[in-house]
Amino acid sequence: MMAQIIGGYFTSHVPGIGGAIMRGDQDTPYWKPFFQGFPPIREWLAEAKPDVAVVFSNDHGLNFFLDKMPTFAVGAAASYDNADEGWGLPVYKSFEGHPALSWHLIDSLVRDEFDITTCQKMLVDHAVSIPFELAWPDVESWPIKLVPISINTVQYPLPSPKRCLALGRAVHRALQSWGGDERVLICGTGGLSHQLDGPRAGFMNPDYDLFCLDNLACNPDALTGHTAEEVAELAGTQGVEILNWIAARGAMGDQGMTEVSRNYHIPISNTAAASLLLEPA
Amino acid sequence: MEHHQTPSAATREQALRRAIPLFDGAPASRGYELNAMCFSFNEKANRDAFLADEEGYCARFDLTPQQRKAVADRDVLAMLEAGGNVYYLAKLAGIFGLGVQDLGALQTGMSVDQFKAMLVEWAKKIPRGKIPTKECA
Repeated sequence: MMAQIIGGYFTSHVPGIGGAIMRGDQDTPYWKPFFQGFPPIREWLAEAKPDVAVVFSNDHGLNFFLDKMPTFAVGAAASYDNADEGWGLPVYKSFEGHPALSWHLIDSLVRDEFDITTCQKMLVDHAVSIPFELAWPDVESWPIKLVPISINTVQYPLPSPKRCLALGRAVHRALQSWGGDERVLICGTGGLSHQLDGPRAGFMNPDYDLFCLDNLACNPDALTGHTAEEVAELAGTQGVEILNWIAARGAMGDQGMTEVSRNYHIPISNTAAASLLLEPA
Repeated sequence: MEHHQTPSAATREQALRRAIPLFDGAPASRGYELNAMCFSFNEKANRDAFLADEEGYCARFDLTPQQRKAVADRDVLAMLEAGGNVYYLAKLAGIFGLGVQDLGALQTGMSVDQFKAMLVEWAKKIPRGKIPTKECA
């Protein structure tokens, strides 16, 4: 029996979500339109019972500083801790890693000519923890293992959308050659359109967001027609986190997808927020 | 080759980086010390040390005079101009209890309430009536 990719879970990860959870604001008029996207995802996860998540996200200055900034980094640790990020969020639960699968991905990716950075020590920030808090809000410990893949969305040059999709597809090939029988969940976190810095702070772009949401399942190559700089222009300087979604979609493989759940809402914090669940058709 | 008629990909890339602007090698080099200080604020002991002695703490990180003035003035646009990256600056803002809407207001010249109202306004631009594709083979 070989590992099976059971689905793809995509969500915004802004720290404000963590604040809302901390305060118990999920059902307030401001937050409910965002949080109401998650019950269908939780129900699906309870049925689908994944064993391990391959999560594409970006670090926000917790694990990586500008002294060393890898374009793509793959975690190969036995466990991953969250830590104080400096802006008042609680420190979230640790994750159990899957080093054997991590090293298989690393071997396969480098054989496939993706010259990634490997991390035997890696802190994961809210970009990993908040999507898990949204998916499994009431658990004592995370029910699945983690293989984190970090994409640089902080310091240009960023990898292009085309390269991120190709990375994801290489991860898919690696998963296909993995000898285990795990049920694998693919996750892409961040976005959608938002900009925190500069005179254009507060910028969003619903047209571009819906272009991404409408094409991700069936035509992800449509998202690769822009450079990373053009994505920043379209989606805002932090909207480039869509790169994580693009890579995650690639990791699901090129077969058809069924959209199980979708939610899109403006605004949460400074962000156009979305959640999306895809299942191989 | 007709490179003179259409800007090359590299030229367009550089033009977008300066126009938006984006955090590439130039600001990353310029802002290294400021960002290093902000990175240190992941630890509470460092946040407390900054609050106890801001001048001394900034001196430990060799901030440039431009960076030191921007921090002293709590001037977010000046911090960005001095090479600050917003992911790191947000940790400094956290020390002052400022969230991303406060930062947005400071950068756009709006009040915080005006900035929040502007964020809500974007919802009106969501295209309506489109039926999303549910499945593809």
